[in-house]
Amino acid sequence: MTRMAATRDGYGQALLDLASNPKVVVLEADLGKSTKSLHFRKAYPARTVSCGIGEQNMLLVGAGLASAGYIPFASTFAIFTERAFEQMRNGVARPNLPVHLCGSHGGTHTGTDGSSAQSIEDLAIFRTLPNVVVMHPCDDVSTRVLTMQLPALGKPSYMRTARNKTPVLYDGREDEIQIGKGIVLQEGSDVAIIACGVLVSEALKAAETLAAKGVKACVVDMHTLKPLDGDLIDRLVAQCGAVVTAEDHNIIGGLGGAVAEHLVSNQPAPLERVGVPDRFGESGQADEMLEVMKLSAPHIAAAAQKAIQRK
Amino acid sequence: MSTSIEEIEEMARKCRVEIVKMVYRAQAGHPGGSLSEIDLISALYATRMRIRPDEPKWADRDRFILSKGHASPGMYAVLAEMGFISHEDLKSYRVLGGVCQGHVDSKWCPGVDFSAGSLGMGLSFGMGCAIAARLDNSERRAFVMIGDGEMQEGSVWEAAMAAAHHELGNLKVILDRNRIQNDDFCEEQMRMFDVPAKWRSFGWNVKEIDGHNMTEVMEGLDFLEAEENSNGPSILIAHTIKGGGISYMENNPSFHGAAPNDEQYKQAMIELGEVEA
Repeated sequence: MTRMAATRDGYGQALLDLASNPKVVVLEADLGKSTKSLHFRKAYPARTVSCGIGEQNMLLVGAGLASAGYIPFASTFAIFTERAFEQMRNGVARPNLPVHLCGSHGGTHTGTDGSSAQSIEDLAIFRTLPNVVVMHPCDDVSTRVLTMQLPALGKPSYMRTARNKTPVLYDGREDEIQIGKGIVLQEGSDVAIIACGVLVSEALKAAETLAAKGVKACVVDMHTLKPLDGDLIDRLVAQCGAVVTAEDHNIIGGLGGAVAEHLVSNQPAPLERVGVPDRFGESGQADEMLEVMKLSAPHIAAAAQKAIQRK
Repeated sequence: MSTSIEEIEEMARKCRVEIVKMVYRAQAGHPGGSLSEIDLISALYATRMRIRPDEPKWADRDRFILSKGHASPGMYAVLAEMGFISHEDLKSYRVLGGVCQGHVDSKWCPGVDFSAGSLGMGLSFGMGCAIAARLDNSERRAFVMIGDGEMQEGSVWEAAMAAAHHELGNLKVILDRNRIQNDDFCEEQMRMFDVPAKWRSFGWNVKEIDGHNMTEVMEGLDFLEAEENSNGPSILIAHTIKGGGISYMENNPSFHGAAPNDEQYKQAMIELGEVEA
């Protein structure tokens, strides 16, 4: 039976694992219980800074700490990181200070809290910032491994994690995970499905459906949206000739946007983008939201068939 | 520190000359807030800052954060006086590739600790610097200069609340209370009511001075450094004159962000004692 876990738990575990580095500090904005930084806070209170419900201040406190050689990990809900966008832009990204921002509860998969809590723009807006690495891992193992790699990065990052549990794909496969390198989960020659976050496991389900119809789909976990693994995309285009992207994010500007930008500047191929159809969410269970937003496996499979027809 | 009041006043006078020259050459920039802050920054650098101009990134240096980063000519002039940059560098103000970017920028200018330009950010950054010093068990301090118009940014009060909560006695703020912002007088744009009371109620140590009276400025800096005020963050509210030192710029909102013309430049040089009338 597939183990189920939430990516935010992988983040919380990684902070604990990173604590042996005395330069690692954790910043909270009253959501440590939710983003899972609370484990670090309990174990290392002297290296945890409560910023209250003040995300703008938190980002710049992080910048100040980073300027003195510390490695700050700041987290809040993905939606509230957006409130501090300009602080991230002017105070963190512009001076290239290694502040690592984690936005949990991203996407419509967040569920019953409703549209105010369902960030569908975060990946797009942070992707526009020079110097900033943008990630959206799909399981707790890859979240932990990618977070563990951040101190060596030497530049700022944004990582979206999810509230709800998803299938764990990488138990025992930690060595395959590297910032900036997409992971081919399944090879195929008819269509390449490039997914991130909670839709990676949906993409795998879609590939099963397609296989039953004789369609060989390649499935890729593109956990890093920036820098985008262009070499891998080039190979997928040459191999499959059609591409689908899948993300729990607005169809504008996220993974689909990033892949489209790469395709038009390199080797164009038919591309179908599965994403939130430029609308806000609503209250519902995680699986219900994937249906309402047309993000689930059947929608990915249908997009794959459409992309293949456009070859 | 043995620097005399007269010596600091002369340093500030020379800085005023450079401020006017920078803005005149560029035909752009922010003279008003540079002139209001200059006596304070001159005194701070000349007598308090623990810094090494030949080693600008010295890890244990005091930090100075000009949160009102548009008032960069004032800071550049002081950095030149202190030897972080040359007086020749001042000619690069607002010039492509220049050390002296439009707003102070740590990427471009030695001695600049914080890349400013967006109001409401410096106090939070200074708070991070102060926490880092505490974690390092270092005696270094974070000095932050903010403007009064800047206090309209909500994030200033996020930082004010958080710094007091964390009892950051090594965080020292100077408020350049020049009463004018971009469009108009502050009281016209957004009434501020009792500013000292606001800071006191947030848990800060507060003192008010005349920011152009060098004896009071030195007393104010003593207050910021005083052991009895190390229990938490302190703010020195310095009442200043926007454009202070140049008659036609004083209390004139037009010179928040405008350069003098040829005639005005000549008059400024006369008023500053650089040339005879």
